[in-house]
Amino acid sequence: MARPIVEARGIHKHFGALHVLKGVDLEVAERELVFVIGPSGSGKSTLLRCLNRLEEPSSGSVVVDGIDMLDPKTDINRARQRIGMVFQSFNLYPHMTALGNVTLALRKVAGKSRVEAEALGRAALKRVGLADRAGHTPGQLSGGQQQRVAIARAIALEPRVMLFDEPTSALDPELVGSVLEVMCDLRESGMTMIVVSHEMGFARNAADRVIFMDHGLIVEQGPPVAIFENPSQERTRAFIGQIQRH
Amino acid sequence: MIETFLNPEIIAAIWPIVLAGLANTVLLSLIVVPLGLLGGLIVALLATVHHPLVRWPLMAWVDFFRAFPPLVLLVLLFAGLPFAGLELGGFACVAIAFFLNTGAYYGEILRAGIDSVPVGQIEAARSTGLNRLQAMGYIVLPQAVRNVLPDLLSNTLEVVKLTSLGSVVAVPELLFQARQAQSLTYSPTPIVLVAIVYFLILWPMVRLLSRLENRALASRR
Ligand SMILES: Nc1ncnc2c1ncn2[C@@H]1O[C@H](COP(=O)(O)OP(=O)(O)OP(=O)(O)O)[C@@H](O)[C@H]1O
Ligand SMILES: [Mg+2]
Repeated sequence: MARPIVEARGIHKHFGALHVLKGVDLEVAERELVFVIGPSGSGKSTLLRCLNRLEEPSSGSVVVDGIDMLDPKTDINRARQRIGMVFQSFNLYPHMTALGNVTLALRKVAGKSRVEAEALGRAALKRVGLADRAGHTPGQLSGGQQQRVAIARAIALEPRVMLFDEPTSALDPELVGSVLEVMCDLRESGMTMIVVSHEMGFARNAADRVIFMDHGLIVEQGPPVAIFENPSQERTRAFIGQIQRH
Repeated sequence: MIETFLNPEIIAAIWPIVLAGLANTVLLSLIVVPLGLLGGLIVALLATVHHPLVRWPLMAWVDFFRAFPPLVLLVLLFAGLPFAGLELGGFACVAIAFFLNTGAYYGEILRAGIDSVPVGQIEAARSTGLNRLQAMGYIVLPQAVRNVLPDLLSNTLEVVKLTSLGSVVAVPELLFQARQAQSLTYSPTPIVLVAIVYFLILWPMVRLLSRLENRALASRR
């Protein structure tokens, strides 16, 4: 097997007295889509945030695309360009247009000229189906459109891996589809993705592997069918039963 | 009445003095407002550093200069510094006093503005590789300033009014010039004239402020 793009080993995270991650190992291969589920507070977001060091792990190692993310000598801002992140609440910059959102890091981090950045930015917006919304501010866009701009902002930097933290949880049901569609396209194009979500239908169609987390540990993992239809752990079964009833 | 309080002959005689005062008040404002904003920006940026070695001295600094009456501070600088071998002149003393005093106020306003920007904004910026300073400059500060624009403007209004303190240390701004003219003419007309001039330059700012405040209220509804 080729070297995994994401290699996290023995990740622990404490928030004061709270022990949130209790030794998580996660390897993600190139082009793999890993889907993460688990109860609220089980540490899913914290795990994602440890991968791009938005959160500093208390111990363990994180290597992404061969770069040791926790080495103090690593240029973390350069490394982060290679790891796209999409948030539940979009976090678009409200004082900039969609194109401004997408081009900011291209210009200020990747060092592209304005002309280059705008060409790349428009291409990214086109990929998420929003070529005609480049001049709109986030306030003028629907939730689904905003989240697609957020995806464009991340993919414009040509990341090696994309992290999604509940990308559709803040959306009205009728807007969820448009975002999942973009994520499917991204997967088709070969993007490596780690997705925290409750969208089981998407997981069934698109995920290579489903991970179930509880209390800061990976309890069980496997292909979607195995985890959803025939989990081996009682806790997994209980959780799957619970969300399928909703 | 008019003869006493707005005597046309006196006005004709003293208007060059008042005009010079107006020019100095405007000049003084153009110096102390940016200086105060600069001081405020420094205070607000330092406030984002949570290290105790920055935090406590900064808090003491801000509290001290907010509690210290600006007039006393100004007189202290003007009358006290020469004894420390530093003869600065009225203008420089006003500039320093305003940097310290209004910097503390602008700092508190900007700090509140920075706090009002959701952390998710910073996280999104940092996740794309922007460094701390870039995230502050491109993402946080523009939103922070917009969120506290009425407070910034209101403070600026106070700062412009406070430039009249310069008269105490012989800076020839509006009030100082009016007092000069008054002592030459033995008439209240110069003071009344200057009061009108103050109103005319400050009133548009007050109107703008009301409009901003109303808009902020409307957008909150
Ligand atoms: N910055 C923080 N400071 C203190 N505690 C935190 C912090 N971030 C997260 N936690 C705590 O860590 C635990 C795990 O949080 P995390 O957000 O990773 O869970 P999650 O699995 O993503 O849950 P959810 O499904 O609700 O998003 C929670 O108990 C949370 O309160
Ligand atoms: Mg979460």
